[in-house]
Amino acid sequence: MFGLFWLVPAMPFAGFAILALMGSRLSRNAIASVGAGTVGVSAVISLGLGLRFLLSPPSGHAYTLTLWTWIDVAGFTPHFALYLDALSMVMTLIVTVVGFLIHVYSIEYMRDDPAYSRFFAYMNLFVGSMLMLVLADNLLLLYLGWEGVGLCSYLLIGFWYSNPANGRAAMKAFIVTRVGDTAMALGLFLLFTKLGTLDIQEMMQRASEQWPVGSGIAVLAAALLLGGAVGKSGQLPLQVWLPDAMAGPTPVSALIHAATMVTAGVYLIARTHTVFELAPPVLMLVAVVGAVTLLLAGFAALTQRDIKRVLAYSTISQIGYMFLALGVGAYSAAIFHLFTHAFFKALLFMGAGAIILALHHEQDMFKMGGLRKQMPVVFWTFLIGAMSLAALPLVTAGFYSKDMILYEAWSSKIGGPVFWLAGCVGAVITGLYTFRMVILTFFGEQKTAPGHGPGPCIKIPLIILALFSTIAGFLEIPRSLGNVPLFSDFLEAALPHAPLTEGSVFIEALLQVIAICGVLTGVAAAIILFARRQEFIRSLMAKPWAAYLHEFWFAGWGFDALYNALFVQPYIYIARVNKDDFTDGFYSGLARITAAFHRALSVTQTGRLRWYMMGIAAGAVIVLAIVVFL
Amino acid sequence: MIGAIPMTHGLIVAAVLFALGLVGLLVRRNIIYMLMCIEIMLNAAGLAFIVAASRWEQPDGQIMFIIILSTAAAEVAVGLALVLRFYSRFKTLDADIANDMRG
Repeated sequence: MFGLFWLVPAMPFAGFAILALMGSRLSRNAIASVGAGTVGVSAVISLGLGLRFLLSPPSGHAYTLTLWTWIDVAGFTPHFALYLDALSMVMTLIVTVVGFLIHVYSIEYMRDDPAYSRFFAYMNLFVGSMLMLVLADNLLLLYLGWEGVGLCSYLLIGFWYSNPANGRAAMKAFIVTRVGDTAMALGLFLLFTKLGTLDIQEMMQRASEQWPVGSGIAVLAAALLLGGAVGKSGQLPLQVWLPDAMAGPTPVSALIHAATMVTAGVYLIARTHTVFELAPPVLMLVAVVGAVTLLLAGFAALTQRDIKRVLAYSTISQIGYMFLALGVGAYSAAIFHLFTHAFFKALLFMGAGAIILALHHEQDMFKMGGLRKQMPVVFWTFLIGAMSLAALPLVTAGFYSKDMILYEAWSSKIGGPVFWLAGCVGAVITGLYTFRMVILTFFGEQKTAPGHGPGPCIKIPLIILALFSTIAGFLEIPRSLGNVPLFSDFLEAALPHAPLTEGSVFIEALLQVIAICGVLTGVAAAIILFARRQEFIRSLMAKPWAAYLHEFWFAGWGFDALYNALFVQPYIYIARVNKDDFTDGFYSGLARITAAFHRALSVTQTGRLRWYMMGIAAGAVIVLAIVVFL
Repeated sequence: MIGAIPMTHGLIVAAVLFALGLVGLLVRRNIIYMLMCIEIMLNAAGLAFIVAASRWEQPDGQIMFIIILSTAAAEVAVGLALVLRFYSRFKTLDADIANDMRG
């Protein structure tokens, strides 16, 4: 059974190959069955593997499948090997199951698109690359998947390339993540030269043997890896590409934000956590980056008008929670939040996509409203997703995962109340912007009449994800509510438990009550401000400082303008100055001199035979003179 | 007899003939005259060979002269064919008219 698990990444790649080579000759139904079917097969295999893993885990709780040796040069022998442990099992399940549902959804969402096969080909490649990333046994293979994911995000964000703005968004995503990827590549070089291997498990073992805690080399390696993670996961300071990535079709946004791409950074840090533990300052930096990002993105989400941009900022914010958890050593909590987030964020994006489709590609929330009655399935599922995102207590998956992060941030030896507080403030803001979105979209008066409602290919994935968004939380129930640590027990073999101080159940319950109060305050504030007393918002917006702050948050804290002034403009200036660079001058000068000689010599070609004779005779005389007199 | 004419004289005649041919080639525009001038130059070279051969009493110079003679015959055959083509194309024998390949 475990021997078959190479099929999991191979299926999407096969789908990509079929669609890329023969996509134009297949019917739309065939394209849809190849595109969604291959990922579906992967999902079924992963579910089977997951069940097998749960019932009779392989020895050592990990299984390595070496397919072939990739390169063999001077002691550098990365294998093409897949590594399955609890962590990559969870990631594989997320990628294939959520990815499959998104593919099914795309069958209907993209039905009228002329480039149907191209879309599914890219989507399959995306899922395949992500699976390569999470199943990689060594960092080189992981880097292959990492870059494949980057490439696919570029292709899919710029999918509707006839609009230049989409192309720009795609390039922005590619270039910004490239900054992080470069840091990560340098990190890989450093790890290889210092430790002599890229095999992740062996590397971790050697690192902990050779490097003392806090040594400079470990700090540098961890910081470079963090650079890569920050770029892919859209964290500060490389978060600017993620809101613009909304230019792609909505299923792509769902795939990027829920199942693939942005979770890669979280996975990378969890996978190489040994290196990070050897570098406490960097681990602290991870937590700080997470805490700051979750707050900044939360405030930015409060002011957005485009429903997809709200969701994009909420993704940045939620990944911030995961980074916060990673930074305090609560790896299981981070992966658990990644797990629940994948369900409810995919659900929210797909719900938003259904709305956008019904409203003829209208994305402005202020032109929506009153859709509760017309689209009941979308409304209820979206509401469940929103409740899970806002972490409404007890019934939502988001509550359990966020609660785990908050508690472990408080009681971890390397965390502290500051991180807990940041998370709590973030929870209030999350409640506020989430329900602002729900109210503006589904309540109030109707501003745009919806077209045809969604069909079964959209509704069924929504319902399944809504189910997951509710029950996935019950895998990990805190001590104060019954203590069911199924998820962290499952991950125990791959990820260590958080270094918690001894805390009483009472403290835990108290923290939960405070967090719940915060969430409820946010939700209640959203209902009051955006449904009941809209005049308060209007009077607030009339004040200049509030309007300015709104503008500032709307632009995502002005990071785009800052980077434009700091990097883009100087670069363009240098490029313009150096347009005729001096090497160019040398070569074009050479060409000019040659041309001048050519012109001078061609004057002598008169075409007169006697003139040539004269030349020959004169030449002969000169040669004779030289021979005779010298 | 042979020794009566000094080699210098023979060589001077050859040089004068060569110079006449060369000057004719340079000043004449009629292509037929140019061919004739080339013949004169070839014969000047042939005369120099003969003179040198008789001076050293070697047969090589006369053999060389026969080669020059046959080469000249071949050259005239090609040259006259070219002159015919030239005339049918330009309706004149003026070599300076055919300056189409000027740079």
